Amino acid sequence: MNARLRSSLLAPGLAIVFSAVLCAVVLLVSGANPASALGAMIGQVGEGQVAVDIVNSTAIYMLAALAAAIGFQMNLLNIGIEGQYRVGALVAAIVGGAIVLPPVLHWLVILVVAAVAGAAWATLPAILKVTRGVHEVLSTIMMNAIAFGLAAYLIRRDQFGILVGNNVSTEPIADSGQVPGIEIGDRGTVFGLVFLAVVAAAVYGVVMNRTRFGFELKASGLSPTAAAAGGVNAKKMIVVSLLVSGAVAGLVGMPEILGRDHAYTLNFASGYGFAGIGIALLGRNHPVGIAFGSLLWAFLEKAKGALDNEGVPREIATIMQGSIVLSVVVAYEIVKRMELAAEQRRVGQATGTAEPVGEGAAK
Amino acid sequence: MTDTEVDTATDTDAQPVPAVALAGITKRFPGVVANSDVDLTVRAGEVHALCGENGAGKSTLMKILYGMQPPDEGTITVNGEQVRFKSPSDAIATGIGMVHQHFMLADNLTVLENVVLGAENMHGIGKKARARVRELGSAVGLSQDPSTLVERLGVADRQRVEILKVLYRGARIIILDEPTAVLVPQEVDELFDTLRTMRADGYTFLFISHKLDEVRAIADSITVIRRGTTVGTVDPTTVTTRELAEMMVGSELPSPETRTSTVTDKEVLQVEGLVLETPDGRRILDDLDLVVRSGEVLGIAGVEGNGQTELVETLMGIRKAASGRVSLNGRNLTRAGTLTRREAGIGYIPEDRTRHGLLLTEPLWKNRILGYQTRKPTSRGAFLDIAGAREDTRRIVEQFDVRTPGIEVAAASLSGGNQQKLVIGRELSGDPVLLIASHPTRGVDVGAQAAIWDHIRNARAAGLAVLLVSADLDELIGLSDSIKVMLRGKFVADADPATVTPEDLGSAMTGAGVVDESGVLVTETGGTP
Repeated sequence: MNARLRSSLLAPGLAIVFSAVLCAVVLLVSGANPASALGAMIGQVGEGQVAVDIVNSTAIYMLAALAAAIGFQMNLLNIGIEGQYRVGALVAAIVGGAIVLPPVLHWLVILVVAAVAGAAWATLPAILKVTRGVHEVLSTIMMNAIAFGLAAYLIRRDQFGILVGNNVSTEPIADSGQVPGIEIGDRGTVFGLVFLAVVAAAVYGVVMNRTRFGFELKASGLSPTAAAAGGVNAKKMIVVSLLVSGAVAGLVGMPEILGRDHAYTLNFASGYGFAGIGIALLGRNHPVGIAFGSLLWAFLEKAKGALDNEGVPREIATIMQGSIVLSVVVAYEIVKRMELAAEQRRVGQATGTAEPVGEGAAK
Repeated sequence: MTDTEVDTATDTDAQPVPAVALAGITKRFPGVVANSDVDLTVRAGEVHALCGENGAGKSTLMKILYGMQPPDEGTITVNGEQVRFKSPSDAIATGIGMVHQHFMLADNLTVLENVVLGAENMHGIGKKARARVRELGSAVGLSQDPSTLVERLGVADRQRVEILKVLYRGARIIILDEPTAVLVPQEVDELFDTLRTMRADGYTFLFISHKLDEVRAIADSITVIRRGTTVGTVDPTTVTTRELAEMMVGSELPSPETRTSTVTDKEVLQVEGLVLETPDGRRILDDLDLVVRSGEVLGIAGVEGNGQTELVETLMGIRKAASGRVSLNGRNLTRAGTLTRREAGIGYIPEDRTRHGLLLTEPLWKNRILGYQTRKPTSRGAFLDIAGAREDTRRIVEQFDVRTPGIEVAAASLSGGNQQKLVIGRELSGDPVLLIASHPTRGVDVGAQAAIWDHIRNARAAGLAVLLVSADLDELIGLSDSIKVMLRGKFVADADPATVTPEDLGSAMTGAGVVDESGVLVTETGGTP
């Protein structure tokens, strides 16, 4: 088991070092000092509300990455997380603002609505995939475009939008539907739904490694033919995993809406879905890997502001995000192949190798 | 065009330098020897056929000749010069080309573009290339214009484009891997005409096939390979199809076994009127009836590609039958999915364990769960029983002699024989009532083969019903209590393994066998010597 742990840490470690070196080179070429840039990136964590912001963003990224990872486990590329979480957030905000329920129950209902709406947005690609063979990448990308248009339409003031100051938003959610956060003095407020992300990661880990559903999902991803021979219903798995992925995606907007904005506004953040895909790759679909990947991602995202103040182009952080994902994917593949070859050699030595082929006849 | 020596197949008196000579080729994979001391001599300007059942080692040998894999021992000589290929491009440089069974063409490009793709440095991509493609196109009998899109071509023309591709790269020695598998009979005739014309132009062909009639129609000499080694080279004009079949499947009879019949009259598997169709309505399985009883091994003989794979996959619920009825111990399973069938007590040894039997990158104990994810001891309700799976994997490793340092290693790191023992151990777990075994000893070493046979015999003695599909006729005769011969999706004959010989079976498999009025194969040799 130790060897397994080592190999799973080796690849991302190498990748982060490699991409840090790459960024240092980029910085040097562009005339900046890598050391001071790094200092600014790390130094920012202690300033103002940055640390709390990083924690909050980590939770959001984790949800998005978990949604992506559920698809990845069976080689489904759910590119539609972006649209699913937007639809989930919008529908949940509209429903949440329209009803008043006792506290806790109110926001639980909102969460369920968000998950159902996210799953609903993934339903069409799932059906197209199993009935017509339409590749989920195409259909989910198109659903993203529709989601953006739908959101823009529904938030119009003649639909569900209202004018708040100079911003348009949905009807604000009553106090009973807001999830209280943890205030840390003037450092800011940690969203209460940070714990939702932690719970989701834990549930994901248990489901993937300990349940029949997780086993069938992984088996379908590793070898569709062997899974079919083992009695796994491929079509059912495709539909279920896309819907579950969509449901988790639907929750991505919830920490911000229930913990800070209390409505879906024109300023609703975009891009979490695509970040989630990168982070799921970075974390190798492993819940702990995803947690650290999200933390790193959030850190780099916040570092952009700090780099700006140093006079270093903020795009450096984006380059770093991209190169980390790319090099993790490459490094992991290399390490995996090396490990397998080494294991084959070891097994060969331990069991004694080839026996000659002769004319074997029935005894 | 014919700048090298022009030999015709008829002049056999002279001893010119052979186009290809393989001597003592041996190739080992972990735990199994794929080629063992193979010798093959191909004269220049002949069509040389290489025959053998799937898994006999033909493809490994051709991969070695084409530079895809280095041999562990032995030498390759091309046109009298010893060569050592590091990659297919080395092989191409010496004039060897390979046409794969599955076409590798880009549908959305033209014939010209497909041919030139990757060989732009030969004649550019312009006029010269077009002229060359036209010139070679007539040699391979391609009547289409080079600017035709490949998606508009039929299968036979696509194959010509594939041949054109290797000619364009300067090949004089061409390996054809089962070229007739995708063609209808008229197209086969046209292909053979093309090959004869090209042979007259001095090209040399290595023709891989297990269709014996076709091989005899086209080849100038035939080399038979069996269990990784060459059995011999024969002249097609003097050998009969039956003799060839005998060489391919092995003629030595199974050593006498105490044939204490364990067959009971309890019918376990009943299949009636089973029909499987292609999407365009062609029947792959044509109205099949069969019964397997408790304690009985029913063997299915047949040349590969006559519906055995489809029969097994239909019985497992992986393919959906068009009509017919399948029941197990009286329970109707016709509409059941694979999992239900497995839960009802069917164990399944798939013909390709790496694709259908195992999750190669996963540890052995996780592979134990595959197919048993709903049952004890690997599962409890919706949750997996990981401790139970580990413990039972250890039992299998011990009981079935799976040679491995532990149960945490990935399945891919085991040798083929040990992988297969793991699969068999798994499929005999959970008290199955029926075992469907497809080529259970393919690609495994002799030691594992004997062990696997023993396990199947023991399970049969304990009352298991076994449906055995195998290309190894010795295995089939040695293990089965009764044999059905399958040809073009139908059962064409029954045979009694106590009296039938591999030769009899071989001719029945090619449709040449004689059956009496009750459908039983007439054995000319009249029993085992």
